[in-house]
Amino acid sequence: MSLLEIRNVAKSFGAIRAVNGISLSVDPGEVIGLMGDNGAGKSTLVKLIAGNFPPTEGEIVVDGSLCHFHKPIQARAMGIEVVYQDLALADNLTASQNVFLGRELKKRVWPFWILNKEAMIVRSAQLFAELQSETRPRDLVRKMSGGQRQAVAIARTRLSNAKLVLMDEPTAAISVRQVAQVLALIERMKAKGVSVMLISHRMPDVFAVCDRIVVMRRGSKVADKHTAQTSPEEITGLITGAIRAA
Amino acid sequence: MQPEAVRSAEPVHPAEAVHSAADHAHIADVADLRESTLLRAVLTSQPFWVTIALLMLVIVMSLKEPSFSSADNVANITRNFAPFGIMALGMTIVIITGGIDLSVGSVMGLVAIVAGLFLTWEYPWYVAFLMGFGVGILCGAINGFFVAYVGMPPFVVTQGMLAIARSLAVVFSQNQMLYKFGPDAATVKAIGQFKWPLRETSGGWAPEWMPEFSGHFWTMLAIGVVVGAVFIFSSWGRHLFAIGGNENAARLTGVPVKRIKWQAYVFCSFCAALASILQLGYNGSAINAMGAGYELRVIAATVIGGADLMGGAGTAFGALIGSALLEVIRNALLMAGIDSNWQGAFVGAFIVLAVLLGMQWGGKSIFANLRERLKAG
Repeated sequence: MSLLEIRNVAKSFGAIRAVNGISLSVDPGEVIGLMGDNGAGKSTLVKLIAGNFPPTEGEIVVDGSLCHFHKPIQARAMGIEVVYQDLALADNLTASQNVFLGRELKKRVWPFWILNKEAMIVRSAQLFAELQSETRPRDLVRKMSGGQRQAVAIARTRLSNAKLVLMDEPTAAISVRQVAQVLALIERMKAKGVSVMLISHRMPDVFAVCDRIVVMRRGSKVADKHTAQTSPEEITGLITGAIRAA
Repeated sequence: MQPEAVRSAEPVHPAEAVHSAADHAHIADVADLRESTLLRAVLTSQPFWVTIALLMLVIVMSLKEPSFSSADNVANITRNFAPFGIMALGMTIVIITGGIDLSVGSVMGLVAIVAGLFLTWEYPWYVAFLMGFGVGILCGAINGFFVAYVGMPPFVVTQGMLAIARSLAVVFSQNQMLYKFGPDAATVKAIGQFKWPLRETSGGWAPEWMPEFSGHFWTMLAIGVVVGAVFIFSSWGRHLFAIGGNENAARLTGVPVKRIKWQAYVFCSFCAALASILQLGYNGSAINAMGAGYELRVIAATVIGGADLMGGAGTAFGALIGSALLEVIRNALLMAGIDSNWQGAFVGAFIVLAVLLGMQWGGKSIFANLRERLKAG
């Protein structure tokens, strides 16, 4: 059974139809590349899955149950996490403080509940080790490289054992070496059975890690192909509209 | 937490570990990347250097002017800065969230007048104090509502409150000083002038050299300890810093941003109300001008103590030490016989200096830069 099943989902903002009847399924442990030009409707589709707003038409089924998301927290409860493009990290806090932001571990010191800093540091160190990142839990995020920041944002999704992680342009603004780190992080999530939806403009990254590539143009899905059965040239054609559909 | 996941943590591949260690060793000041030792953390903190400056000032003044370090003057200074310290604690919380509260001085005035009116109407002292606190907290709730829930800039909202609260204080008091406090006048004064420990001459046990610290001072210390503990141990405190660092990130990770910001303004006004009530008790009277212009001194104290006006940084200790430094400077200028009109110039210069020292260049404070330059040279 597929983890996520989208059936004929559409979203209109007034007269503008941002997403136009898209169907898509994601299997556990599958990495899907979502590609398309600016304004193709990628972000809207991602926001529909992440629960930012409900679709105008169609159904979203997670793990076999029909979902009506109105808030991201509802999607999160179903195991869907988002790694935002700006990563949503607080620069003035440490890595472990960021990982546990909003879901801090506490311990009882009568009559108070206080932060259990040791447990959070140990747990985030384990998460970073799992991701094979050299990020240190006590380091301030302000002083981290782009790759380490990604690791912090991804570790956050591991905390809740997310089943599907949506990644919005994770490799857009980082160095070549760090891109390799982020792609390795995606491979490790996949190895743990986590599905990843990678939204990216970077063709080499998508071809490096994705099992399937979905191309959107003007709100519609124009292609959904296994990576092995397509080529960067074909995908480029599909994105620009030079190739109508595949 | 999932114990299975913990156990399944893969060991870092040795070759990769070595590789990344070598690769990363040269990245700009790896040493500074670490949150590092306590000593380093202390040496790079602004409150530490402000404390040093304060101690030096105290030593110089004590040598030049023996009466400066007399028990009575110490009791005086600590009483004088306590209201500022209390308000600076509230202000620190607001500033950490990236906000500012310009209304604290006016809230002090309004609280004093409301409490004073109820005393004048011969209500018991606790009713009067409660009404004072109620009005103060209401001011904070209004500030917080417009900042947190409506999304208006804190500068505008609290400046509006600055004008409104002061104007209400003048209206309610009919521009009169309130001092006929009815049957509870003695109790109010006893609360405001409470001292501990008492010397033998005033019926206590303390030796002559020991200052009789004011209740204001002890109150400030108590609140300081509470605020400090909240910053270090509570998730509420952690969320304050997260909001100041990246409000959007805090919201996306499920931190109740609006509620926490609202609470910050409420607490800040509560501190102003407390300072006002203490001052009212000490003076035994209420004037509508109480606290006029205090907002700048409170903000100055907070900033000198290391709070970042951009949000995300600040300490309880810094708030108190900043208030102490400003008062000691004021007291020292008075003792040195310098015209009190010069105080503004000195306080202003110190604010600019403190912000300058706290500024970050290339991700490091001026202290960190200085230390490196010293090491290199």
